[in-house]
Amino acid sequence: MLAFIIRRLAQSVVVMLFVALIAFIVFRYVGDPIASMVGVDTRLEDQEIMRERLGLNDSVFVQFFRFIGNAAQGEFGISYRLQQPVTELILSRLPATIELAVVSATIALVFGVIFGVYTALRPKAWSSAGIMALSLVGVSLPTFLIGIGLIYIFAVELGWLPSFGRGEVVDLGWWRTGFLTESGLKSLILPAITLSLFQLTLIMRLVRAEMLEVLRTEYIRFAKARGLTQRAINFGHALKNTMVPVITITGLQLGSVIAFAIVTETVFQWPGVGSLFIVSVQVVDVPVMAAYLMFIALVFVLINLVVDILYYVVDPRLRVDGGAGK
Amino acid sequence: MTEPLLSVRNLTVEFPTRRGILTAVQDISFDIMPGEVLGVVGESGAGKSMTGAAIMRLIDRPGRIAQGEVILQGRRIDNLPDAEMRKIRGRKIGMIFQDPLTSLNPLYRISEQLIETIRTHLPLSETEACKKAVGLLDDVGIPDASRRIDDYPHQFSGGMRQRVVIALALCAGPDLVIADEPTTALDVSVQAQIIDVMKRLCAENGAAIMLVTHDMGVIAETADRVAVMYAGRIAEIGPVRDVIKDAQHPYSSGLMGAIPRLGANLERLTQIPGSMPRLSAIPKGCAFNPRCPHVMDKCRIDQPQAVQTAPGRRVACWLYPPQDGTTASAERQSAE
Amino acid sequence: MENRTLFKDVPAEDLIVPVRVQGRLARALDSDIFYSWRTSPVTVVATLVALALILMALFAPLIAPYDPFNPASLNLMDGFTPPASTGAFTDNYFLMGADNQGRDVLSTIMYGSRVSLFVGILATLFAMTLGVSLGLIAGYNGGTIDAVIMRITDVQLSFPAILIALLIFGIARGLIPPSQQESMAVWVLILAIGLSNWAQFARTVRGATMVERQKDYVSAARIMGVHPILILLRHVLPNVLGPVLVIGTISLALAIIEEATLSFLGVGVPPTQPSLGTLIRIGQQFLFSGEWWILFFPAVTLIALALSVNLLGDWLRDALNPKLR
Repeated sequence: MLAFIIRRLAQSVVVMLFVALIAFIVFRYVGDPIASMVGVDTRLEDQEIMRERLGLNDSVFVQFFRFIGNAAQGEFGISYRLQQPVTELILSRLPATIELAVVSATIALVFGVIFGVYTALRPKAWSSAGIMALSLVGVSLPTFLIGIGLIYIFAVELGWLPSFGRGEVVDLGWWRTGFLTESGLKSLILPAITLSLFQLTLIMRLVRAEMLEVLRTEYIRFAKARGLTQRAINFGHALKNTMVPVITITGLQLGSVIAFAIVTETVFQWPGVGSLFIVSVQVVDVPVMAAYLMFIALVFVLINLVVDILYYVVDPRLRVDGGAGK
Repeated sequence: MTEPLLSVRNLTVEFPTRRGILTAVQDISFDIMPGEVLGVVGESGAGKSMTGAAIMRLIDRPGRIAQGEVILQGRRIDNLPDAEMRKIRGRKIGMIFQDPLTSLNPLYRISEQLIETIRTHLPLSETEACKKAVGLLDDVGIPDASRRIDDYPHQFSGGMRQRVVIALALCAGPDLVIADEPTTALDVSVQAQIIDVMKRLCAENGAAIMLVTHDMGVIAETADRVAVMYAGRIAEIGPVRDVIKDAQHPYSSGLMGAIPRLGANLERLTQIPGSMPRLSAIPKGCAFNPRCPHVMDKCRIDQPQAVQTAPGRRVACWLYPPQDGTTASAERQSAE
Repeated sequence: MENRTLFKDVPAEDLIVPVRVQGRLARALDSDIFYSWRTSPVTVVATLVALALILMALFAPLIAPYDPFNPASLNLMDGFTPPASTGAFTDNYFLMGADNQGRDVLSTIMYGSRVSLFVGILATLFAMTLGVSLGLIAGYNGGTIDAVIMRITDVQLSFPAILIALLIFGIARGLIPPSQQESMAVWVLILAIGLSNWAQFARTVRGATMVERQKDYVSAARIMGVHPILILLRHVLPNVLGPVLVIGTISLALAIIEEATLSFLGVGVPPTQPSLGTLIRIGQQFLFSGEWWILFFPAVTLIALALSVNLLGDWLRDALNPKLR
């Protein structure tokens, strides 16, 4: 088990280095960092002094390692646009994004699995056909349109829920949460549903396909031939086997919720990292772009690691070389 | 005469497809007596596995039993509600599948699978069921059963897994075991052992066996009676010894020619020319006629009926034309 | 299976002729596919809708009631004319209403679909070419090349397409001088969307290539010294066309949505050349004040386009999958 985790960790580091290289290239070569920092009237000599002080005249390797060193300490420089440390910016907006992502991921996972299992167990029922048809509509609906539609119905026409922002928030140390106030929770509903729908349909279709596959296997036939109850077969045997491949892909899907939040945050003016990123792209605020890229990569690597460990726990076949027997 | 354990009467299994209805099993009838071993032999696609699945009502959709009856201990089971049928599966009729590598759920320990099955059918506590499970594994010849019962399927070899499958099929004490090619996927060296274990345990429990295989050698060793199937029909049925010694249907005599035998001419085994027709292209008349060395005009037009040729022997071939009153089954449908 | 017997009985020269491969192409057009199309009413409707939208986009300059980009034909005073009424200052009739600048919504939709489809189709073709080539190279060569390409594929697949597209867009914006940004925007968009969608092609083609490579007829062709590129093009490529077509269709739907999303976020095509996404972005500003039609009709068009292409892809996947037949 330990060797397995260490191997995975090593792979994660390689992925992070690769992403860091891309981030560094973006950081160093997109536009001229000096030109972005100074006004037009700064003298060339002053620019040269600044260049020297920032180490931009060092060799590429030195600069790359300095970049990685700084990144490892959470140091990504100053935002061109807001003139604030990038790390501070991202951290202040992180709680909003994480709360949104966690709620959406939970919705997507719970309903995705329920609908997927239901449609797999009743492939011929009208209700299943209806859910499948809706899911295809769900995949074809761009997230921003779902958001606009929900705002129109629930905020404008019915006036039940707020259409933008986080509502009232409560400070818990540096973490600013919207979970503790009524308006905070109300504000969360529409964005969370918007963000979850696409993932929900994907998870549902995946669970359905895997479960149909599992239901066709010999061990399910053998379980039937032994007279086990339908319930034991569907929810004991079939569901557990379905979950093995589903865990991997679902894990990755949930990771992308954070990245997908870019669109949802824009539609709902949600003060998270995603809306920070989109503004940075529009004005080419390179340090923020680089930091965001590294942040997303870190999220993916962590989720991958958790998924691998879960996989290892669920599927005994992977434990062969660890401790055979028991 | 004792009552048969299982009677299959005029069983027909169909698969509706877009290009028409395919008949996988057509109008077959046979009995299995208590404690008896009936071999069912034929090439792949002859409908032998389908017959086993039909008795268990485990035919995959869109296949269906189109006609006929299955009677177990005097009770019709082909029209039982699903919940009732479930109580027959495992409890009255056990089933062994072909490939032990895929028959066991890889994510559950052997103990979990055994105890679950036992407790589904028998009113035993967890500990009692566990004890019974260890005993069963001992019986099927798994060394160190009390320790290995908590292993996962992938920790066993193929032969050992098939023993586990047998234990699972027998754990609720069924009266009939349908073994569908139980040794085909196994290494030749363990095939005989598996057959032995299966036969010994069934004999001890007084369970009958319906042994489905394409291996005439296994039948010769194991079965009391044999049914030879071809293209969804029974070509010939009778005591194993008689059929081997004196096969009446040209197809079964071809098959018998394919058993290697000590002392016989080892230079060549006879081979039946051609191959079995696909379900979508079964020829008119006798399905075997394009390959038959004795083919007559009649064989290309009419389907032969099963005829009793000796006590306990029936054959469907125009070489044995029906005489009045000897037709085995009363109701017949012409093969349209 | 079939190849094994072929290899034994057929002289080597005949092996090079892609006997089986041509058979597959012929089979792809076989009645089975047509039958499943004909008997699926949803698919037939989807095909008709997709065709209608494509034709509408293609002939927009000919059939659009007005040229929404010609200032001469516009009157700002016609702004916000509701659907199915005549403008306040001109005699122009607006079937789907007019937007804030007095442009006919129906006409902007026709021109907008043109931009959306142009970007979507070119981006998909670009992704397809890139992905298929990399997949063939990786699958055929194996070894280090394969490992490197597949790792990049993994990384690409684990990041959402929209994020990659945004990043590429941001980088391109930093590299292209501001004066050219507007004229280059469409091409940057195509590049960004294409580069964020190639991995699925690469992965599928690579898998299929590895399977084909091990078959006897490919070995025979190799032994006879047929150039690898020829082997790939003549033997391997036709065998992966089915899955590539399926992924291509689904990618097209994704690319259209991606373009709309980027344009909606304000990083897509310039406002002078609005796509459906840009139109929705504009319309969103007026939704809450009651001028719903400026958003509604472009949104419906976008959904119809994405949904019909998705339905086609879904049907194609089932129809080409022998397991489900």
